Amino acid sequence: MKQLGYGILIGISLVAPFVFPEFRTQLSFLWVMVIFALTWDILGGQMGYNSFGNVLFVGVGMYACAVVQRDMGLDYFSSLFIGVLVAGGLAVALALVVGNALLDLRGHYFAIGTLGLGVAAGEIAGGWDFIGAGSGMVPPLYPGPLDSRDLFFYFQLFAVAVVLFSTLRWLYGGRFGLALNAIRDDEDKAEALGIYTTRYKTAAWCLAALFLGVTGGLLGNVIGFIDPKDVAFAGSTFGVWMIIMVITGGKGTLWGPVLGAVVFHVTQELFWTFLFGWQRVALGLLIIAIAVLFPQGILGWVREHWPKDADTMGQAKSDSQR
Amino acid sequence: MSIPVLSNLNLLFDQPILLVDLVANGFMIGAIFALAAFGMALVWGVMNIINIAQGEFVMLGGFVTLFLMEAGMPAVISVPLAVAVLFIVGGGFYYLVIDRVVDRDMFSSVLATFGISILLSQLSNQFFGADVRTVDPGLGTWLLADGMVSLPWVKLIAFILTLVIGVGLWLFLKSSRLGQAIRATAQNPRAARVLGINTRRVYALTYSLNAALCGAAGGLVVMAWAIHPYMGLPYTVRSFMVVIVAGLGNLPGVVLAGLGLGAAENLAGFILGAEFQIAFVFCLMILVLVWRNMMLKRKRKYLK
Amino acid sequence: MSEILLSVRGATKSFGGVVANQDISLNVAAGEIVGLIGPNGSGKTTLFSSIVGYHPVDAGSIVFGDKEITHLRVPQIARLGLHRTFQQTRIFVGMSCVQNMQISAPLSQSKGPASLFAPFPVEATEKLEYLLAFVGLYEKRSLSGGELSFGQQKLLEFAMALMSESRLLLLDEPTAGINPTLIDYIVNRLRTANDEFGVTLLVIEHNMHVIMNLAQRIYCLAHGHKLAEGSPKDIQDNPKVIDAYLGAT
Repeated sequence: MKQLGYGILIGISLVAPFVFPEFRTQLSFLWVMVIFALTWDILGGQMGYNSFGNVLFVGVGMYACAVVQRDMGLDYFSSLFIGVLVAGGLAVALALVVGNALLDLRGHYFAIGTLGLGVAAGEIAGGWDFIGAGSGMVPPLYPGPLDSRDLFFYFQLFAVAVVLFSTLRWLYGGRFGLALNAIRDDEDKAEALGIYTTRYKTAAWCLAALFLGVTGGLLGNVIGFIDPKDVAFAGSTFGVWMIIMVITGGKGTLWGPVLGAVVFHVTQELFWTFLFGWQRVALGLLIIAIAVLFPQGILGWVREHWPKDADTMGQAKSDSQR
Repeated sequence: MSIPVLSNLNLLFDQPILLVDLVANGFMIGAIFALAAFGMALVWGVMNIINIAQGEFVMLGGFVTLFLMEAGMPAVISVPLAVAVLFIVGGGFYYLVIDRVVDRDMFSSVLATFGISILLSQLSNQFFGADVRTVDPGLGTWLLADGMVSLPWVKLIAFILTLVIGVGLWLFLKSSRLGQAIRATAQNPRAARVLGINTRRVYALTYSLNAALCGAAGGLVVMAWAIHPYMGLPYTVRSFMVVIVAGLGNLPGVVLAGLGLGAAENLAGFILGAEFQIAFVFCLMILVLVWRNMMLKRKRKYLK
Repeated sequence: MSEILLSVRGATKSFGGVVANQDISLNVAAGEIVGLIGPNGSGKTTLFSSIVGYHPVDAGSIVFGDKEITHLRVPQIARLGLHRTFQQTRIFVGMSCVQNMQISAPLSQSKGPASLFAPFPVEATEKLEYLLAFVGLYEKRSLSGGELSFGQQKLLEFAMALMSESRLLLLDEPTAGINPTLIDYIVNRLRTANDEFGVTLLVIEHNMHVIMNLAQRIYCLAHGHKLAEGSPKDIQDNPKVIDAYLGAT
């Protein structure tokens, strides 16, 4: 039953870009949103560390990949491949360095520290000539027709999302997931049981950074233009969306972020264009509404009303343990 | 990048009077930071909420003052009017939004005030445009040391006003009945409720008072510096930084930390170049946070 | 007396000029149940916190087994098999009882970064089910920690300590706020765990009836000093202890 469900989902995802060729870019972005939501939930949902600066890793990955593509002098596909690897590696290295200092902060302090991190990165990138300063960077053109380019990046991003989902499904079913939940519920008690919480926190952040860096590297090529504040370190769009999607779907569950990403992305594609420049005003209103009225998210709401069904669809934990 | 930094440093060593000018002007700007930080400390201490929309209140205060002065009102009337308008705006946001998250977990309130922050900056962008705006109060500049040190009078007035408001706030919290109600609520809301204090009204008043303080800061910023719709977040971060350096409930500390930040920022802007000034503010905030936490970690504690 | 498991020598701790512990020494031998009593504010919980590393002592030394642990940090000390429970029980309220137990299981010996992602050992499942049954929570194993009553949470916290293979368990008021029927059950479980699993216990307790029956030896603190030590009988008859409790000193 479960396998069948996964099979159908994968099948739909594989044929979707051929059935709806005119929506390929939007479908690629759907996977980006899923990755954003799932990575944010690792810390924000499972571990209770609400980061407002995960966009840092997206931007670093984006720039790292673009610099490799610009300066290595290789053909398109080799340089993209190496660029994406460097993007992921650099993001993880940064997460290690920054994480050791920032992850000791708790509550408000972590939230605002990470918020500052994302903004600072955008400001520095906007003044740094090596990466184009305020005028940004343009990754090299894809050597081929437009629709093969769209397909190429669709399947890249789909693959990243699937690998991320499977990794998390496996991790949340084991000691790692439980350790993150324990840190969320009571970090001091977790330490008192002999859990080295710093290691888990850093590992969790590096995991998020890895996938965000890789996605950032690809995303720069999908968008085709890297602006320091509006594309790379886009705190007021990507950075906020990550959080909204997770809250909408349900924090601390495996499927909640995926669900939230789909709902948010579809809503955005359907209605956003009718708002004529008022999108970001609407975004502000949406955040307030979610924070005030709907903090438990879709899965949280389902669980309140039908506790049993929610457990079977929301928690990978219970099925992989039994 | 390193070459201009060195030549800027050289310039400072050759012309020490330049340093005096930078630091003096920094102090004046820092006083305005302290004003917004008073409000943040108040809301944080009383309601345990960190108001991310702090900078947007400053911005709104700036725009109100700007429009009134462009309509021909003198500054002496415009700034108090901006304070009054922001007091009402603050109360409105309290009853519409904050009231529903004040008793919830930290994340809800951070998210809600973050939403207010985005809403206000985007609305201002829609209505007022994204241009950088400023208004000249026509007070002139005080020149010292043969014109090497120049202090606009409006900054001096801002400086003095901050001190006056700081003392006023302290007296208000210390001796007025309302101030005592605020302090009682801050210490123990449940006990305050038992004693017949309407804590909901105290919260609303605190949040309004905070917005009013930001309004005053904004009115001064638009005259002494400039405003635009996206200026908010740096002001929020500055207030936050000032409060964590000074500690909650330490008004003189807030003034000192504000002045220090203003001077440091002005110097950094000169040495690193103006394009890195905001980056400096955010990096400094992270460093301050990490440093404070490391000091506590040696005693096996963390920032609470 | 058999081998000494915990030895505290001259532990001194003050908070901003207020002395909470002054030159306290005590020994706990392997297999013993030792009581720690004293009026409120006499420094019992402070001593516990110092032993498990929440705050290091200002002076003195703490030795566990043959290892100096005075300056080790909380998780390091916990991994040696020295755990504490809290006055206000602390369990993971968002996780089921089974998950609470799973995360308490000690890590396998491999120390590399891979151990972070290690799966649960199979034998751990049997053990955790046995221990949940031991404290009478087997029926409630899939409830979340937050859904348990206060007494049940205390039992779960105790079971978690057993799961993590405690050699020495410091219990901070195990019967405070518990109804009298459950108190007897808890005392019985503590004694059985001591017998069956050989867990050494150091117990802070205000309920004199409980501690006099449970402990083999008792230390009494007052105003941060060690006031007396001895068998329950000695302590009961010690005029200094009686004075301390009645506030005559």
